[in-house]
Amino acid sequence: MDILIVIEDNNSKIHRMGLESIAAAQSISKDKGFSIGVLVMGGNAEGLSTEVSKYDVSEVLKLNNDIISSYSSDGYAEAVKQVIEQENPKYVFFGHTYQVRDYVPKISAKLMKPFLVDNVSINKDGEKFIFTKQMFNAKLYSDMVAKDNGPLLISFQSAAFSADNAQSGSASIRDISVDIDSSMIKTESDEPFQEEAGGMDLTAAEVIVSIGRGIGKEENIPMAQDLAKAIGGELASSRPVVDSGWLSAPHQIGSSGQSVSPKMYLALGISGAIQHVVGMKGSKNIVAINKDPEAPIFEIADYGVVGDVVEIIPKLSEALKEN
Amino acid sequence: MKIAVLIKQVPGSDSSLPIQNDASWINEEAITYVMNESDNYALEEALQIREQNGNGEVVVISLGPDRVQKVIREGLAKGADRGIQINVDSVGAVDPLVNASLIADAIKEEKFDIVFSGLQSDDLGMGQTGIILGEMLGMSTASLVMETEISDGRIKVKRELEAGYFQWVTMDLPSSITIQSGLNTPRYPSLKGIMGAKKKEINVLTPEVGQSKQSMEKVYIPQSDKQTVMIDGSADQIVEKLVETFRNDIKVI
Ligand SMILES: Cc1cc2nc3c(=O)[nH]c(=O)nc-3n(C[C@H](O)[C@H](O)[C@H](O)COP(=O)(O)OP(=O)(O)OC[C@H]3O[C@@H](n4cnc5c(N)ncnc54)[C@H](O)[C@@H]3O)c2cc1C
Repeated sequence: MDILIVIEDNNSKIHRMGLESIAAAQSISKDKGFSIGVLVMGGNAEGLSTEVSKYDVSEVLKLNNDIISSYSSDGYAEAVKQVIEQENPKYVFFGHTYQVRDYVPKISAKLMKPFLVDNVSINKDGEKFIFTKQMFNAKLYSDMVAKDNGPLLISFQSAAFSADNAQSGSASIRDISVDIDSSMIKTESDEPFQEEAGGMDLTAAEVIVSIGRGIGKEENIPMAQDLAKAIGGELASSRPVVDSGWLSAPHQIGSSGQSVSPKMYLALGISGAIQHVVGMKGSKNIVAINKDPEAPIFEIADYGVVGDVVEIIPKLSEALKEN
Repeated sequence: MKIAVLIKQVPGSDSSLPIQNDASWINEEAITYVMNESDNYALEEALQIREQNGNGEVVVISLGPDRVQKVIREGLAKGADRGIQINVDSVGAVDPLVNASLIADAIKEEKFDIVFSGLQSDDLGMGQTGIILGEMLGMSTASLVMETEISDGRIKVKRELEAGYFQWVTMDLPSSITIQSGLNTPRYPSLKGIMGAKKKEINVLTPEVGQSKQSMEKVYIPQSDKQTVMIDGSADQIVEKLVETFRNDIKVI
């Protein structure tokens, strides 16, 4: 097996980023003639394996037992490590999900194999691959290479590859097993839960006025609330604004918060880090105001202003009220 | 309770990031450095646990060249008891396996109950060092932690999951835990703290650095193919054009 893809269970469906990993693997396999194996594991492995077998991959590996029927970092790390040893792939692909952040570094430590994380693209350089990742919250990119013969652990950033490009086909399913005992599991996990959203649902808003760290200080929050009101939209924010306690958690847009796709998303003093962008890039129109002309938010903005939000916001509210 | 906090010194979010001529890294002379954001929250959590327990020790550990002593001092000024600098060249310090091995070697005799670190650095963003370290030292591990509770030699942590979900996980100590931003309110150092920090010990280690298993080939500014309509002029002109855009192009007013 050349590439082993580890698929994540998202409420008994394939996590979208699993399909993106399939698309990534297919994109480099064509001219290399790589074989692709896909590992599904846990309590929903049965149903998931059927789903995954409908894609154009060589084989689906199905794994479940009492210890890994639900997620634990120790259980998953040990299980995937053993599968890697059994199958000896050149590459192991993951979506860069929160779960992957939690357990894959443990596999890297167990095998002493590098984990090249959060890649946005793969490029061929002769026989080897170059993996590109963002650095400094997307302000710079870096081309990374492995200095190891593998198996190499590789994860991809959300939307680096499109799930729609995952080619369908038909693959065989193989049951596999690993040797794990409960003494290896050092954690006990409760059920996942959601915190009270305080009745705030931003997903229905047509206009969202979203503020970031660039708003500067808590005293400037009313100015943003005023603008949201003047334009008839909802106020939202990036994480640092919530972390600082200036707005409550349900205001947060991004991978840990709400995902929205309004008709207009006004990003005020937001740099455009991926964890924010995944929550708003589906917006029909993105208007960004940022004092830094190189801010990554301009890469996805339809309209951009290089300027000071603290100066522009009150003037904009004023002008909208006059209209 | 003996707690280690891993702290990285990274460029501040307002710092310019000039790339070196050979594109191998940024020009460090031109950078203003700060404590990595999530590490600052990790440090605060450690200090609060020590204060609640009424005893214990908080040790701040930073890997990097001499400039990182500044963030160690900052940690000491906030209340950490002592510091360890693992003196390595920053350009080589890319591979989390190498970095975690260096830290593991430096602290394995110390028998920490908890190692806290930020969930990822704001520069390279590898997000692995704390977890790899925990695995190397046979500790329990958890990432993206938003709350901690300690009782009966165990630690219960609230982990952040995707899309607004959370999960409580209980683990035996010793434990290596990576902290997500926002779980507490990091303190500022007091004047007394700053004075006191000068007398606290920083142990500088200069270990042999292992072979990297991943490396950076080239650093560059990303190219965008998105066509962004830039609106410029004086503040008043910008506002006028924005209102027009909202009305005529986006049609939201
Ligand atoms: C696992 C994980 C999950 C995360 N989840 C989320 C999430 O759900 N949501 C989220 O938003 N983030 C999340 N983050 C954090 C994310 O990586 C970024 O750190 C965050 O989005 C940055 O917020 P920001 O753009 O407001 O701040 P910064 O990155 O600090 O950017 C501030 C911007 O404001 C500009 N600015 C400053 N002053 C002014 C001014 N006066 N006028 C105009 N512009 C100004 C600056 O040029 C800069 O571009 C997560 C991170 C991790 C690792």
